[in-house]
Amino acid sequence: MYLALASSARANHMSIEFESSVVLNALPQLIKGFAFTIELTVMSAAGGLVLGTLLALARLSSSKFLSRVAGGYVNILRSIPLLLVIFWFYFLVPYILAWMIGAKNPIELSPLSSCVITFIMFEACYFCEIMRAGIQSIPPGQLNAARALGMKYWTIMAYIVIPQAFRNMLPVLLSQTIVLFQDVSLVSILSMKDFFGSADFIAKRDGRPHEMYLVVAMVYLAICFLLSRVVKLVQQRVAIIR
Amino acid sequence: MYNWNWSVIWAVTSDGTSTYIGTLFQGLWWTLFVGLSAWCIALIVGTVLGVVRTFKSGVASKCADIYVEILRSIPLIVQMFLWFYVFPDLLPEALSKAVKEWDRFNILAAVICLALFTSARVAEQIRAGIQSIPSGQSNAAKALGMETAQVYQYVLVPVAFRKILPALTSEFLNIMKNTSVAFTIAVVELMAATRSMQEMTFQIFEAFTAATLIYLTVNLMVVKLMHSIENRFDVPGLSIKRTG
Repeated sequence: MYLALASSARANHMSIEFESSVVLNALPQLIKGFAFTIELTVMSAAGGLVLGTLLALARLSSSKFLSRVAGGYVNILRSIPLLLVIFWFYFLVPYILAWMIGAKNPIELSPLSSCVITFIMFEACYFCEIMRAGIQSIPPGQLNAARALGMKYWTIMAYIVIPQAFRNMLPVLLSQTIVLFQDVSLVSILSMKDFFGSADFIAKRDGRPHEMYLVVAMVYLAICFLLSRVVKLVQQRVAIIR
Repeated sequence: MYNWNWSVIWAVTSDGTSTYIGTLFQGLWWTLFVGLSAWCIALIVGTVLGVVRTFKSGVASKCADIYVEILRSIPLIVQMFLWFYVFPDLLPEALSKAVKEWDRFNILAAVICLALFTSARVAEQIRAGIQSIPSGQSNAAKALGMETAQVYQYVLVPVAFRKILPALTSEFLNIMKNTSVAFTIAVVELMAATRSMQEMTFQIFEAFTAATLIYLTVNLMVVKLMHSIENRFDVPGLSIKRTG
């Protein structure tokens, strides 16, 4: 009885603690991790966009073989979890590189380049689907007109179709980049020190999960919220009034 | 170079209780369990929030907006860790202690996390679905003497569901894929089973290939099933294009 009273008296007491000094001390590592996250996001988005556009062209190409291969690649990678993709490439890329240069042993890669390759290969699938929709949204009359002017396939694509597709799809591409920015946090499972990974490292080393995880959540929330506002503005600006 | 050894899949695990393929299917069972339970909650919470978000004014609709915005702005793995490591400390002490001693709490945390994470996305789809219905339909329903609640219950929500079925299919596929993140809080789902197989046998690519094939099969089965459901519930002349 006495025990029950005592525990009910404490029942409303919450045991969450938040010490800002913990965050302050971790700041240098957090900033370093954040820089890694940004670097990885920007490089993967740029590489993914280029590869994704090429994949989109392959999927829409008249060659059955090319469109099947590109389509199969995109569909398989989109059907399995990103975590599995990260593990696949993390272990597979050293072997592929060794095979390419004819080396006997798998090539060791720096953490950053390994992650960049993974995210470019993965993100290209999503950018491919976006660019494919963008390319298909260009009226065929434009292609015919360009052909009538004697333009070659690559000239038409580079000067007429892709710039317009890119413009039309810009808001979607940016939204996908925000998703990528969040997905990058998954590299922490390879013990990489991205923004979340460095926070997780400190949280476990110092036993301060509250401070570290809440700060990471707050920073992501603030940045993604702002970026989604920016995407809305871009959406209004690039909308073509027909 | 790499030594392939496919027979490892049928080999008995080091603790002798099962084969490696058996552990993968046990993992798949947990993936399905966590994914499906989270999906049921996500569908209910998401529908309610999606409906609330279509209200033109009021605190409720603002709150629902903020909820969706927050859950869409924080990476899944961070949310998972918040539910698992921080959330128990927000509870009253007695409950908090019980939760921390319960060895299956990680599964509950994963279900809650995935359910709420997905509910924000479902809410967004429901809202878009309801708003894509011409206002003539709700006006007609009101003219027939329906209350606002009835308009939602009998007209707007059912039609919205049928319109956004393809989008819901892809959300469902996402939740199945996202379940893999639960392996970071030690839920032994398919991804975790794959990792432990890889670490026990050192046959990295056999383990990953097996997992990839299982994920692809599940994916394919869901797509086939949903395709027949979509055809069955397609509203002639109303269907909107698949959004990916």
